[in-house]
Amino acid sequence: MQPIISINNLNKKYLGGFEALKNISLEINKGEIFALLGPNGAGKTTLISIISGISIASSGEVKVNNYDVIKDSLKTKSIIGLVPQEVSIEQFETVLGTVNFSRGLFGKKNNPAYVKGILKQLSLWEKRNSRIIELSGGMKRRVLIAKALSHEPLVLFLDEPTAGVDVELRKDMWNIIKNLKKKGVTIILTTHYIEEAENIADRIGVINDGKILLIEEKEFLMKKMGKKILNIFVNKPLDIIPNSLTKYALKLSADGKTLTYTYDINKDRTGITMLLNDLSNEQIQLKDIQTKQSSLEDIFVNIVKE
Amino acid sequence: MNFYAIKAIYLFEMSRTFRTITQSLLAPVISTILYFVVFGSAIGSKIQTIEGISYGVFIVPGLVMLSVLMQSITNASFAIYFPKFIGTINELLSAPVSTLDIIIGYIGAAATKSFSIGILILLTAHLFVPLNIIHPFYMISFLLLTCFTFCLFGFIIGLWAKNFEQLNLVPMLIITPLVFLGGSFYSISMLPLFWQKLSMFNPVVYLISGFRWTFFNVSDFSFTISLIATISFATLCLIIIFYMFKTSYKIRT
Repeated sequence: MQPIISINNLNKKYLGGFEALKNISLEINKGEIFALLGPNGAGKTTLISIISGISIASSGEVKVNNYDVIKDSLKTKSIIGLVPQEVSIEQFETVLGTVNFSRGLFGKKNNPAYVKGILKQLSLWEKRNSRIIELSGGMKRRVLIAKALSHEPLVLFLDEPTAGVDVELRKDMWNIIKNLKKKGVTIILTTHYIEEAENIADRIGVINDGKILLIEEKEFLMKKMGKKILNIFVNKPLDIIPNSLTKYALKLSADGKTLTYTYDINKDRTGITMLLNDLSNEQIQLKDIQTKQSSLEDIFVNIVKE
Repeated sequence: MNFYAIKAIYLFEMSRTFRTITQSLLAPVISTILYFVVFGSAIGSKIQTIEGISYGVFIVPGLVMLSVLMQSITNASFAIYFPKFIGTINELLSAPVSTLDIIIGYIGAAATKSFSIGILILLTAHLFVPLNIIHPFYMISFLLLTCFTFCLFGFIIGLWAKNFEQLNLVPMLIITPLVFLGGSFYSISMLPLFWQKLSMFNPVVYLISGFRWTFFNVSDFSFTISLIATISFATLCLIIIFYMFKTSYKIRT
């Protein structure tokens, strides 16, 4: 796939000496949804700010659509849309006014039909003449997205777009993002919600302490690092795990009613059949069994811990 | 040049003015009326003429300059400081706009406001005293030049200021004394020789003197000197703004 963003050996050191980004190299492919995960202060927003021209890198190179973000900044900026983390909009301006302002700022002629389409898609059309100060927090987030989309960007950065919004709005936003992908827009998403990345991303990047720890296809990552858990509920509570079962590294719940077995789905032999046989040999009667796939959240927590 | 961006910035700034039209226009008009009552009528009645011009008429150019300078600085500094304060400057920084586009948009809007106020004050003054402007073309041109120049200066203050206190510091502590000591209400020639010499270091003296010349064909200094001084100051401000954007001084992290 052809990269639309190429980052090479990018470093950012603030005046106080804090190193926000350390030798970052990364390529974002055209038309993909890339989710950048990381805890607070990991460097996600700094990275986005440098690509979109708000901050300046200390060293390294960033290219968008083969143009350098410093030397050809006007060209790179014209194709980038940014939904910032902070809801910073002129509070006394109307919804329509602020969206039209963004379109003009990015060098686009007024296009009422296009802007109407965006506002309708984001359920903002009815509120077009309302002042920003009169809107709810979720509505203000929608306005930020409308502003970012107003100039028909090829690359869209969403910096924590669903932070603090309700489940319904979050799902609406996922649908909007999926529709944008269908239109060929490249989307880079930073989020705290692993569920979000799990639902909509094609590739996942994990950043912590200014370093990229991992970049992987989401499906591959889930398979590669995903482990499954088998919960075995027994009829009679156990005091201890019998010696014959120690090789399975089982965990016994405090009430003695649940045995937990962790296994790797990628192995030819998971050991489940043998375990069930050994349980039968030990005369342990089963009440129920349940399997659970480890989530992206578990994977993320493990990577960041390492 | 990004014409749509210039238009967007200009209209956005002007719409902010229209939202507060009453306070934007009413405050300078009331101030002017007060100055006329105090200086024109109360004190002015004790002064016959200055350089053959009645005192009430003599102070009109100074009063216009007083308001225009303050309005130009305040409008332009606030226009760029406020987006910095609430974070909307990031949209400007991430947009494909050049420094020139930003200057034309913001300074154009701020200068439009202060020029309109200048004209409004002239009209208000005309209600109190008869005005006969000898060089109307030069008067309009010089007023426009002054608006643009001091909007540029205000823009620098807005870019530089870290907080509202700093934003008010320069207009209150530097500009106001310079304007009051710059011959708004008197002729420099009325001062003792030492203060006359000292006044020559006050740049506002040249502005008021030049502007007064366009009204009465009478001035403390040649109009050409006033013009050169104003254009030089505008050029210096432009260089500083371009430098601040180029080096991202107090703009980008």
